Amino acid sequence: MPDATGLELLARDLGERTPGSILDTEHFRGKGAVEVAPATIVETLLALREAGFTALMSVHGVDYYPDEPRLGVHYELLDMSKLDRVTVRLRVPTGAPHVPSVTPDWPTANHQEREVYDMFGVVFDGHPDMRRILMPEDYEGHPQRRDFPIGGEPILFTHNEATGPRWFE
Amino acid sequence: MEVVRQKIETPEDFRARQLRARDMLRGDLEGQDLEQYVQERVLTTTLDKAVDWARGNSLFPLTFGLACCAIEMMSIVGARLDIARFGFEAFRASPRQADLMILSGRVSIKMAPVVRRVYDQMLEPKFAIAMGACSSSMGVFNNYAIVPADKFMPVDVHVPGCPPRPEALMHGIIKLRAMVQEDPSMGWRRRYGGVGTEEVVPTAGEHATGENVFTGAGTEASDA
Repeated sequence: MPDATGLELLARDLGERTPGSILDTEHFRGKGAVEVAPATIVETLLALREAGFTALMSVHGVDYYPDEPRLGVHYELLDMSKLDRVTVRLRVPTGAPHVPSVTPDWPTANHQEREVYDMFGVVFDGHPDMRRILMPEDYEGHPQRRDFPIGGEPILFTHNEATGPRWFE
Repeated sequence: MEVVRQKIETPEDFRARQLRARDMLRGDLEGQDLEQYVQERVLTTTLDKAVDWARGNSLFPLTFGLACCAIEMMSIVGARLDIARFGFEAFRASPRQADLMILSGRVSIKMAPVVRRVYDQMLEPKFAIAMGACSSSMGVFNNYAIVPADKFMPVDVHVPGCPPRPEALMHGIIKLRAMVQEDPSMGWRRRYGGVGTEEVVPTAGEHATGENVFTGAGTEASDA
């Protein structure tokens, strides 16, 4: 893990390389995180790759409801020679959830970006195959958003059969 | 031809049938020997009852595991519980040869059309057991991805539990056997559209059409 000083140095290098890309840094419980502007994510990850973080371990989606901007994407990077990890975060609003795709540079992000799109509705521009991956293709909504209803469908028991949905008629 | 079920009202009625059977055996045995043989060996019944009795004792389950409940389902064919004792031992790998579908686990909304299609391909008479909390009422997975079995297919027996112990599934199968042997009509199943065997025939059009080989009526291909 880069310590707090190392994280600030890393963030300074990234900010010098792509001006305006670094919005914030956070060092929490021994883990460093860099928050970047969504438009600069591709350049940031490529710069981190040159700095030694050669493996993109995972891509996550987050819903920060009720904070704005609501949706977040986390990229976990690993330096396999120094055993270093760093998290790159970005946040986009639900109104325009567009993020440049990193799939052309990191092929492992292909399915993970599709899953983030499926569950949170973040659209990755430039992704070669931006479809749902888990839910049916005609499914409406993004079920991992925090304002998505948990269940909603009443269970058919004998006692409420008459009031339940009469779908079989 | 309509099969009319004859009721045996009184012991005298039953006795009359025994006497008729005794007449048929006359010649091979005589006297007291014949009387004893008939009373011990011959039992008269209706064809319906005999067929239901045989049917209930030879249900072949479908080899179809969905989730963790499938582990419990597998164990009932093992040596400890051994449903071969009741004639259920042959798990068939094809819906054409199976009589009983055990929904062993949670059914996701993507899996539901597949389950319904496999169920539609089974030949009559066919039965279904919803095993475990998930397939009956979504259980701990009560969320956006899971659908209870009652919503898309007729279920004869629900076995509660998470997962049910093999003994519980055994009890469910025995209950189903009793139902098959005593009340085979299952008229309630019609309202689910679950009667008959449906084969999905690929056509040139956009939608495949299904043909119900039981009623002969063509239906829209059931993707739900």
